[in-house]
Amino acid sequence: MSALSERPESPGVGAPVPHESATLHVTGTALYTDDLIYRTKDVLHAHPVQVPQAHARVTALRIAPALRVPGVVRVLTAADVPGVNDAGVKHDEPLFPDEVMFFGHAVCWVLAETFEAARLGAAAVEVEAEPLPSYVTVREAIAAGSFQGASPQLVRGDVEAGLADAGHVFSGELEFAGQEHFYLETHCALAHVDEAGQIFVQSSTQHPSETQEIVAHVLGRASHEVTVQCLRMGGGFGGKEMQPHGFAAIAALGATLTGRPVRVRLTRAQDLTMSGKRHGFLVHWRVGFDAAGRLQALEATLTADGGWSLDLSEPVLARALCHVDNAYWLPHVRLNGRIVRTHKTSSTAFRGFGGPQGMMVIEDILGRCAPLLGIDPMDLRRRNFYRVGQTTPYGQVVRHPDRLDRLWRQVLDTGDVITRQREIAAFNTAHPHTKRGLAVTPVKFGISFNLTAFNQAGALVHVYRDGSVLINHGGTEMGQGLHTKMLQVAATTLGIPLRRVRLAPTRTDKVPNTSATAASCGADLNGGAVRHACEQIRVRLAPVAATMLGTSAADVRIVDGVARGIGAAAGIEWDELVRAAYFQRVQLFAAGFYRTEGLHWDSSVMQGSPFKYFAYGVAAAEVEVDGFTGAHRTRRVDIAHDVGDSLSPLIDIGQIEGGFVQGAGWLTLEDLRWDTGPGAARGRLHTQAASTYKLPSFSEMPEIFNVMLLTDAAEDQVVYGSKAVGEPPLMLAFSVREALRQATAAFGTASTSVDLASPATPEAVFWAIERARAGDGRGGAAGADLRPGVETPAMPPDLGRIDPAVSRA
Amino acid sequence: MTDTVEIRVNGQNVPLGDVTPHTTALEWLREQGLTGCKEGCGEGECGACSVLVARPGVESPTEWAAINACLVPAAALAAQEIVTAEGLGSPDRLHAVQHEMAVRGGSQCGYCTPGFVCSMAAEYYRPGREAFPDGAVTDHDHGPNGFDLHALSGNLCRCTGYRPIRDAAYALGPPAPEDQLAQRRQAPPAPPRPVRLKHGGREFIRPASLPDALRLLRERPAATVVAGSTDWGVEVNLRGTRAGSVIAIDQLSELRELTFGPECVEIGAGLTLSEIERRLAGRVPLLAQMFPLFASRLVRNSATIGGNLGTGSPVGDTPPVLLALAADVVLVSADGERRVRLADYFTGYRRSVRHPEELIRAVRIPLPLADLVAFHKIAKRRFDDIASVAVGFALDVVDGTVVRARIGLGGVAATPIRARATEAALEGRSWSAATAATAARVLRGEGTPLDDHRSSAEYRAAMLGQSLLKLYAENSAPDEVPAGAGTPSAAITASAVERSPQHERSV
Repeated sequence: MSALSERPESPGVGAPVPHESATLHVTGTALYTDDLIYRTKDVLHAHPVQVPQAHARVTALRIAPALRVPGVVRVLTAADVPGVNDAGVKHDEPLFPDEVMFFGHAVCWVLAETFEAARLGAAAVEVEAEPLPSYVTVREAIAAGSFQGASPQLVRGDVEAGLADAGHVFSGELEFAGQEHFYLETHCALAHVDEAGQIFVQSSTQHPSETQEIVAHVLGRASHEVTVQCLRMGGGFGGKEMQPHGFAAIAALGATLTGRPVRVRLTRAQDLTMSGKRHGFLVHWRVGFDAAGRLQALEATLTADGGWSLDLSEPVLARALCHVDNAYWLPHVRLNGRIVRTHKTSSTAFRGFGGPQGMMVIEDILGRCAPLLGIDPMDLRRRNFYRVGQTTPYGQVVRHPDRLDRLWRQVLDTGDVITRQREIAAFNTAHPHTKRGLAVTPVKFGISFNLTAFNQAGALVHVYRDGSVLINHGGTEMGQGLHTKMLQVAATTLGIPLRRVRLAPTRTDKVPNTSATAASCGADLNGGAVRHACEQIRVRLAPVAATMLGTSAADVRIVDGVARGIGAAAGIEWDELVRAAYFQRVQLFAAGFYRTEGLHWDSSVMQGSPFKYFAYGVAAAEVEVDGFTGAHRTRRVDIAHDVGDSLSPLIDIGQIEGGFVQGAGWLTLEDLRWDTGPGAARGRLHTQAASTYKLPSFSEMPEIFNVMLLTDAAEDQVVYGSKAVGEPPLMLAFSVREALRQATAAFGTASTSVDLASPATPEAVFWAIERARAGDGRGGAAGADLRPGVETPAMPPDLGRIDPAVSRA
Repeated sequence: MTDTVEIRVNGQNVPLGDVTPHTTALEWLREQGLTGCKEGCGEGECGACSVLVARPGVESPTEWAAINACLVPAAALAAQEIVTAEGLGSPDRLHAVQHEMAVRGGSQCGYCTPGFVCSMAAEYYRPGREAFPDGAVTDHDHGPNGFDLHALSGNLCRCTGYRPIRDAAYALGPPAPEDQLAQRRQAPPAPPRPVRLKHGGREFIRPASLPDALRLLRERPAATVVAGSTDWGVEVNLRGTRAGSVIAIDQLSELRELTFGPECVEIGAGLTLSEIERRLAGRVPLLAQMFPLFASRLVRNSATIGGNLGTGSPVGDTPPVLLALAADVVLVSADGERRVRLADYFTGYRRSVRHPEELIRAVRIPLPLADLVAFHKIAKRRFDDIASVAVGFALDVVDGTVVRARIGLGGVAATPIRARATEAALEGRSWSAATAATAARVLRGEGTPLDDHRSSAEYRAAMLGQSLLKLYAENSAPDEVPAGAGTPSAAITASAVERSPQHERSV
């Protein structure tokens, strides 16, 4: 084991401690950005002026009527921007656009004494806009040639030869929807100009450094004049990685122009209609299997719906291409990626960041082809797992593929899967109107930012003279428990009880140049940095203790707040040691830094080893489907997941369960509906409220929900042997979708291949059942509709299908 | 004129202060510094603003009901008593609910947590909540401690996946005898108090009596009448509606009576759905089936049966049920009362025969009740969703023959409607698979369903037919063999085959 991954005696890490803010959460005393306005004097409230057109050129903007509304103080427009009128990093996101790029695009902002006055002021602003051609769906954009960004290709082997040699070749199409983050706390920023003329922005942001940069460039200032702080977020899920910057910039601009604090807080409808979402994709594929069901070749074109701006679409697409393989060895691969520009909100980061979209391709293929191959889906998946020594299509060695085997066996054993499969078969025979399905699916997810430079982090650790410890690091807390883990890491490294360590909110003037808290690697990166800082302090304290104990520095161990020589009974209390060190003029604070070693990635050829390691997991899900309505429920889920040697088991299990349910929401319930018609509402998001965009509630929680962490799983070269956990479990939810597919197939004959729309809402499942009952499940030339079923209720005959093109067994 | 009006918050009397008639309790609480009350959606869907309010109880003089603070005018809480997450406990003195939530990982980002804590505390204090003997639990929606998970159906969490929250709820014991909120239940809540609040030309009035309310209504025919204000809150928060006059009728004793007589059940229009559910206690089985599916517990604790008919939504949950129950609506004005059959009540999209100066005083359900009843609500989500289609069935089957059928439909027309053609296709016929299949085809054609974001018109139509087939499958005639693979569904399958011909296999 490397020094980084080794755990000392009596470590603070590994203990199942509650979230560090839990007692604040439950008593309503944890503060979020918008809670601060009641503690801030003379706050102005900002309200956007949203234009209700999908695509249009602004020809007139009259703000005078707004200024006549009582309480309105100012209207912010492009003319007010002293720096760059742009809210993104690709310079394609004007903060005050003159071209409306999606329905509800904000063209200016009204500042007023109250939110009510700002709302009325915004309603009074007169905007004239000349309509321009718009593309709402991916297909419309493809037809119009509306693409943006790079079109990467990931190739290994010879796909044509692979397909030619394959015994069974199928082709098909898969289209699936995006997803709204629906963090419970909407976007929020509160800015003021401080006593030194600096801009201080409190922002609900996963990426304070980038928020700082954008605010600075909008204001035409240097970064050192802008400080961004994030107390905590009421959920992020990737939705606050790129999206908060513009809102923070509005608040900051307003504050500099008025001299008063300015608050931007989106209503839920504004958040849903203005901020980015998960990318939906359209995928065309051809796949070849040998007679034994082993994957031989896969060719696929993945078209990502980027929405109106490029945002993070390129790295999302790259990650998607790098996850099409999921857990399976693909000898010959050719994956084409492209991004369409549509007139919708910008697609952006969302937990999994393309990984779920890539994996969905192969899981959908395996689920659809298994009945056509006459192989049980579980066998088909298992048969194609990576083996030791094999590499991914992008050339990275798949380390620890044996962990997948262990996880798979563990889920089968503890989930009693084989017995339950028999019970389900019996149940299905006995119940004509209700069917059950049980599916097991794996996850292999690469950890690290694809872009190597982002894999760095900093920390600042202070030990005060009374022995109390304050840590700062560059990561943000959005509920994932990062701060809890960082406290545990600091306590472990320093050898002191957890209660002696406190954590200060994330601020750009404490730790600069941070990466987004994203890509699941918040704990890996910041944990490495916190540990590095604490290590320096511990090393400085060792000689002080050695002198006091009459031993050598190398033999000093600090355990549970007491420094001792190895094997010695007598020790020095931490507080005493710190005090002594201070008087000896020992530096009691340190900056820590961490960079992930061993990464390389060439995006021009899509080859390299971009990931530090892979996180693995396996889930078994059992569902029940009502044949009358398509309504379904999840009866039981068993998960075994690899988090390495867990830093914080209660936190990790929470991430696994929460990610799973969020993934199941994306795949089975959450339904973004855009107006695709030619009328005035074209491009409007119909589901722009909690009443119409339904996320999982208690009724979607698996009735039986077992989560196990893989044991003996310490990961070398990662902080205290742990692994990242934020994103990978989301993709365990494919087990629910595949179980639904199997339950639906049970309404048909044994070899029924089910094309399931995504999200698999009750309506989508109902139409799939109807097709299965009609014996149309072979996925033949007609009726195997893959578009979201809700869009095509009448099952038009010729859209999306599997063509069992060739069979040369 | 508002300075004497107070709300009792966490044991302290707080002046209502200078609020507008459309200031919500959520906004007001946050202005008081009680920022644990969060806005997540502004329409009573997420529960992040849940607070406890002392209400007249069914099983004890006072009960703690959890409601959505975002849907209630602050003025409507005047003289009432509420408790927020901050009032339940503090970080160094956690309430039992807060303790269980904290130690079991019930919070991640924490934003929804205060709302969950309040909803959970209401169920914790529910007087009828008792542990099952020997921990015998009948379903996944109830804990061994008697905790009804539906109490949390109006709270959304995006982080945890809910399991630790469920475990926290199911780990709760009974409140300690010295628990002040538990003790509080033994004394009645503060009596209703008339309120008259004016601000910027707008007013909020809580009249003292029904005659006062009717007089006000005659003077102000354009006034917005609110009871639970669960629709008002959505209008205010999402659509910016600012009524000139808001008249609150929810505490009028004349609207809060429930009688179970020999000829009919009369339910006061001002009773909340939760109160009706508890007071009927299953005596109207069709209503009992509907209650758990009606929005969420948070909304049911505020929303009234009169309000649900008053708003006249075509997708409300009570109309299909009440239509099937052949209910009457009792309307009252300063001139007196009149009774209208619910089937004749709705005249168009959110329009009815009710005159502006009239109030719904009560709903009357004739007795005896039909023996074969069912409520089918088709929606994307099982808890707290709006129906794509809702069907209420009440059938009298005598000696194997359907002698009377009443079917109410929601979501398939501009108003809730009776499925009269289907009723005719059933009445006088034997209750058989063939009758069900025939009637299901008729039912499929009832109404004029539309495409929208909830579902397609085709799905809605299909679900009408399916609901009757499902009713039959679950209640088939005793002398018939329960449906094998295909009896009732054969009709459906056949129709699907027509639309999507089977193709030959080419593999």
